[in-house]
This record gives sequence, structure tokens and C-alpha cells, in this order.
Amino acid sequence: MHRLTTLALGATLILAATGAAAQAPMVMPAAGATPIAGDAVYKAFHEQAGIQRIMDDFVPRITSDPRIKDRFATTNLDRLKLMLVQQVCYLTGGPCQYTGRDMKEVHSSLGLQNLDFNALAEDLQFSMDKEKVSFPAQNQLLAKLAPMQRAIVTK
Amino acid sequence: MLVAGLTALAGSASAADAPALFDSGRLLLTGGVSTVEGSGGGGLASWATITGYGTRDSVGANVHGTYVNLPDYELRAYGVAVGFYDRVEVSYTRQQFDTGSTGAKLGLGSGFTFDQDIVGVKVKLFGDAVYDQDRWYPQVSVGAQYKKNDKGAIVHAVGGKDDSGVDYYVAATKLFLNQSVLLNGTVRLTKANQFGLLGFGGDKHNDYSAQFEGSAAYLLNKHLAIGVEARTKPDNLGFAKEQDSYDVFAAYALNKNLSVTAAYVDLGSIATFKDQHGFYISLQAGF
Repeated sequence: MHRLTTLALGATLILAATGAAAQAPMVMPAAGATPIAGDAVYKAFHEQAGIQRIMDDFVPRITSDPRIKDRFATTNLDRLKLMLVQQVCYLTGGPCQYTGRDMKEVHSSLGLQNLDFNALAEDLQFSMDKEKVSFPAQNQLLAKLAPMQRAIVTK
Repeated sequence: MLVAGLTALAGSASAADAPALFDSGRLLLTGGVSTVEGSGGGGLASWATITGYGTRDSVGANVHGTYVNLPDYELRAYGVAVGFYDRVEVSYTRQQFDTGSTGAKLGLGSGFTFDQDIVGVKVKLFGDAVYDQDRWYPQVSVGAQYKKNDKGAIVHAVGGKDDSGVDYYVAATKLFLNQSVLLNGTVRLTKANQFGLLGFGGDKHNDYSAQFEGSAAYLLNKHLAIGVEARTKPDNLGFAKEQDSYDVFAAYALNKNLSVTAAYVDLGSIATFKDQHGFYISLQAGF
């Protein structure tokens, strides 16, 4: 009897979870944070095209920033850009999936410091400014990115 | 000259390869500005943030000069502060409370000036005001300020018990990036009369009391924050009532080397002269 109840409860939970997944965005732990609710921030980033323009500006910016350019010596920059577009699209509430590896795994061998993390955030602010993303919307994305410091900064 | 030297040092620091002792690696305005007592914070409230732009791997430092123009007095403050490894802050500030022509009315002589030295230390205990966006708790620090006033005879004459004292405080600061808002709350144990400018303890009350400092700031853009502050003060002296203080401010960081804070500050009644409110301007240079 007890086992039956457990089974029934389990089946109900699975059904509920499937139902929820059909409506809510897919949970992607590798992206490092849950997406921002609604699509207002995604729209403030001018959707996929805007995020693409931001990353077109951002990747050359970080790879020429004297503080951090050496960190990308062996990085596949085309893939980096693709992953960043996916991640920011997903986190801002856009209709994207992040197909990359998780933040800890990607950065574990790099020995990054807070200086690196913050320099990258500053460069991102410049690129978002260039796309004319409003400051409050920029900060809403940064609120999702900031706690990733704990996974990314290992030194 | 010190400002020029520091700025030059900061310029060379940011150009140097990491890891450097001076990396200026934190984000703009996240170290706060310099309080009137020299600690990193707002104008009146000491915050939990460690001053300067140094990360946990480096050292940041700054100098500041602050001028407050009140109806019957002038307050000037200038000092230096160093933040070590985003963990410990050490500061020194000299305050000059100039009574100007009011000095004659108080029987002190025209231009009579109270000087006060303030040595501060602050230690970050836990939390990160910026990174911990997914956690509820703020960055929390504890600090102490040793203050020594050079007019002991006057302090005693008006009922003050001591010309030196130590303030102890615990500060909690959190940046809410989602709202672009920064909040700070500080509890200070103090005996200081008018920040210590009129000494410590008094004929009316001579024990430590817990006082509150609060700041709320809204970030308009990377460079500019506007906000309000309130700070309660003890009322220890029988001869003159002491009141709480308030300010509204705008802090503008040109870059990580230079910021200017303009405020309108209300310090209440000071030494029987009522309604001491006026403009406050503070320059900070560092890295």
C-alpha cells in the first residue's frame, strides 16, 4: 500500500514536471543562472540580432584588452562568441538554449583572478553601451553574471 | 602634489601586467567615496566596502579633500586611506571645524578652529556587496575610529568629558543590481559630540550610545550615483542640543582615479547655532 502511494506520487510529480517544462523555459544549469523572467530585458538587448552585435564587439575587445588578452591565447574565438550569444540570449529571457559546458568546468584550468573577471565585465559594459542597451537592463544581466565569480575565479 | 603622485602611480599601475600590487581591478564606484571621517562609504555613513579599487589580490588607495559650507561654520577635512586586499582599510583624516566670525559670538575669538585627527580601521567579515547577487545577505564589516581633538580646554569648558574617543561600528552594504540600488546600514557605538569636534561624553550623558547611519543610492549610469543619507548623533552636552544629520548627494566618478561628490547636508543645531545646513563638496583621487 505504502509502495503504491509512493509510486503514484512519483508518477504525478513526473507528469507535473513534464507539464511545467512545456510552458516554462528549459532549465539549463550549465548556463550558470536561471533566466530573467519575461522578455523585457531580452527586448532591451534588441533580441538575438542585438546580442550578436554586442558579442561581435565584445570578443575583439576582450582579446585586445591588455589586462586579459593573454587569457584567450588558446581559445577558439568563433566558438566563444557563439556560446556567449547563446548564454546571454538564454539568460536575458530569449528563446535560446545554451549548449556549452558549465562555468566551473570551462574556467577551472585558467587560474583566473577577480581582476580578470571584473575586466571582462567592464568590457561587456562598453559593448552593451555601444548597442545602446539601457543601464537598468545591463545591470539585470550583470546581476545574473556576478555570482558566477565564485565558479570562474579560482585564484 | 600627493594627488598628482597618486594619480600617476595609478596610471602606471593600470598599464602594468597582472598580477600587480595595484590592479585597480574593481568596478567603478564600488569602493564608495570618502566619508567626512575618512572611511570608505558615503558622505556621512561609513560603509562595509573597502576603499579604493584594489581587488582581493591587490592594494588600493586614495586621498580626499572635503569642504562643507554651513551658515555659521565651515568644516574642512582631508586625508588618505588605503584598502588592503579588499579586506582591511586603514585611514587617516584631519578635520578642521572653523567657527569663523561665529567664534567671536561664542567667546572663542574670530576664526577659532577645532582640529581633529581621525585614524580609522575597518575589516571586512563576510559577504560581497557586488558578487553575491544571488544571496540575501550583505557585505558586513566592523570598524573603529580613534579621534583626537586638539581643543581639550574648550571641550571641558562646555561640559565635554574627554578630548579623545573611539567609535566602533558594524556596517552592512549591499548592491541590488536588479534594481540598480545600493543600500547601507551602520550601527555605531560612540560618545562623540558633533563627530568628536566638541569632544566625547558630556555633562548630560556620558555613556556610549548606539547610533544609526543609513544610505540609499540609485545608480543612474556607470559614473553617477544619487542618494540620500541619515545619521543619528548622541546628545550629550547640556549647553547645546545636538540633532541628527541628513544629506542628499550625487557622486560622479570621472574614472577610477578621480571622483567628485556634491551634497546638500543638514547637520542640525551646532553649539547653539540652529539650522546648520549647506553645500558639501568632496574630491577623491586614487586607484
